[in-house]
Amino acid sequence: MKWIDYENAKTVDEAVKILSQSGGKARPMAGGTDLIVQLRVKDPRVDADVVVNVKDIPELNELSYSADKGLTIGAAVPCHEIYNDANVIAHYPALIDSASLIGGTQIQGRASLGGNLCNAAPSGDSIPNLVAHNGVATLAGPNGTREVAVEDVCTGPRQTCIGKDEILVSINLPNPGDGFGANYIRFIPRNEMDIAVVGAGVSVNIAGGKFTAAKVSLASVAPTPISVPDAISALVGESVGDGPIQKAANAAKEAAKPISDMRGTAEYRKHLCEVLTRRALNTAVERAQGGK
Amino acid sequence: MPTKTHVTTTINGEQIDFLCEPRQSLLECLRDVIGLTGTKEGCNDGNCGACTVNMDGRIVTSCLVLGVEAEGANIETIEGVADGSNLHPLQLAFLENAALQCGICTPGFIVSSKALLEQNPNPTEHEIRFWLANNLCRCTGYDKIVRAVQDAAKRMQEA
Ligand SMILES: Cc1cc2nc3c(=O)[nH]c(=O)nc-3n(C[C@H](O)[C@H](O)[C@H](O)COP(=O)(O)OP(=O)(O)OC[C@H]3O[C@@H](n4cnc5c(N)ncnc54)[C@H](O)[C@@H]3O)c2cc1C
Ligand code: FES
Ligand code: FES
Repeated sequence: MKWIDYENAKTVDEAVKILSQSGGKARPMAGGTDLIVQLRVKDPRVDADVVVNVKDIPELNELSYSADKGLTIGAAVPCHEIYNDANVIAHYPALIDSASLIGGTQIQGRASLGGNLCNAAPSGDSIPNLVAHNGVATLAGPNGTREVAVEDVCTGPRQTCIGKDEILVSINLPNPGDGFGANYIRFIPRNEMDIAVVGAGVSVNIAGGKFTAAKVSLASVAPTPISVPDAISALVGESVGDGPIQKAANAAKEAAKPISDMRGTAEYRKHLCEVLTRRALNTAVERAQGGK
Repeated sequence: MPTKTHVTTTINGEQIDFLCEPRQSLLECLRDVIGLTGTKEGCNDGNCGACTVNMDGRIVTSCLVLGVEAEGANIETIEGVADGSNLHPLQLAFLENAALQCGICTPGFIVSSKALLEQNPNPTEHEIRFWLANNLCRCTGYDKIVRAVQDAAKRMQEA
């Protein structure tokens, strides 16, 4: 690894100041499970002279819930705290689908959902799930804070709308309300520890036997995780049942623009989009109807 | 000129001071700076778990931790598992169940399994396999490792 300087920021302001003063050559580090590997292999997209640890900043460690604000997930909170959190278990159980499958136990001790989002891999396993939960990212920069919907954060492979002088502070998931269910599933050739060939994150709101809202988002089928508006319109307003779910799954297959690589051909991935979207929607409906 | 950073940390209950470059991993610091070579390097990218240590109560792959992050931390390595010359039940169970062949993965498996048994004294086979998914072994085929962990759990409950 080339030489790096290390700064341990204790406040959001301090982190932003270090980033702004380093002329674009500083990078925030949460769990480091992407960043350290990328620096070690000299990934040209992730050049940095300074690594700024953001794990000691209080706002980035927040994990709190209230009925009116929903869930606030500090950008550096590691996966294992997420799946052990009583509020997550009670109100956002589907978030655990992603937090418990990023890496293995050791990776989950460090890896954050914030880092997963900022890393902006097309295969990022938390991103479709955060989109399905209507997540909103809070960014802090030299001119204060701003909010961006999670689905608008990723702009390309390893590229985001987050400025080089900005940090992600937290991700907010609004209170999903009654009749909500979500699910994230991925297909990998192994049982554990692999990169998604396709991932599907979905959510539904159900009232009076009808879909009142829905989200469908896919990983590993385009340069960024994508949302599928046609799948949403296939569901919203319809009675809960196999017909609309199949239409939504077909829309997901249509919307996917995958590449062929060693993990699967484009055709195979499109097929998986249909299967995974259908299965995830069925689970989300069950969860919505079963309460959790 | 690049300068080294002074780090104060606790390793296996003992306060340790060392100097490292910010780019050095905790794994490099343990092995090359401090001389604790029980922790092994396999892949150096987080996949194999050979470098697993316990840091502030949770297991991490030390190849994906910077040495400077050890400042103020409480670290347990394989060297801290035995109590003097008395082997830990996991170490005995690994030996007696032949849960190793070449042995390079063993320190990582033992540190990981110890953390599992501390929070879940009686895990199911599924829970053991799931917990150990971040530890790879090229030799044993895993079955003997899983059986050793089950055996250790039994010994620890009977103790
Ligand atoms: C063995 C192994 C298995 C893995 N398995 C999976 C998997 O199954 N699924 C998956 O999706 N990923 C996986 N990953 C990748 C990685 O663990 C995840 O993407 C993880 O969520 C990254 O989080 P982190 O906190 O470690 O991020 P870091 O490595 O700290 O950061 C990632 C990127 O985000 C930036 N960043 C971090 N925090 C901020 C912030 N607050 N503001 C702005 N930018 C920031 C960093 O500069 C860096 O570019 C795996 C990695 C390893 C090593
Ligand atoms: S050497 Fe660290 S996980 Fe393989
Ligand atoms: S005993 Fe050789 S790798 Fe596990």
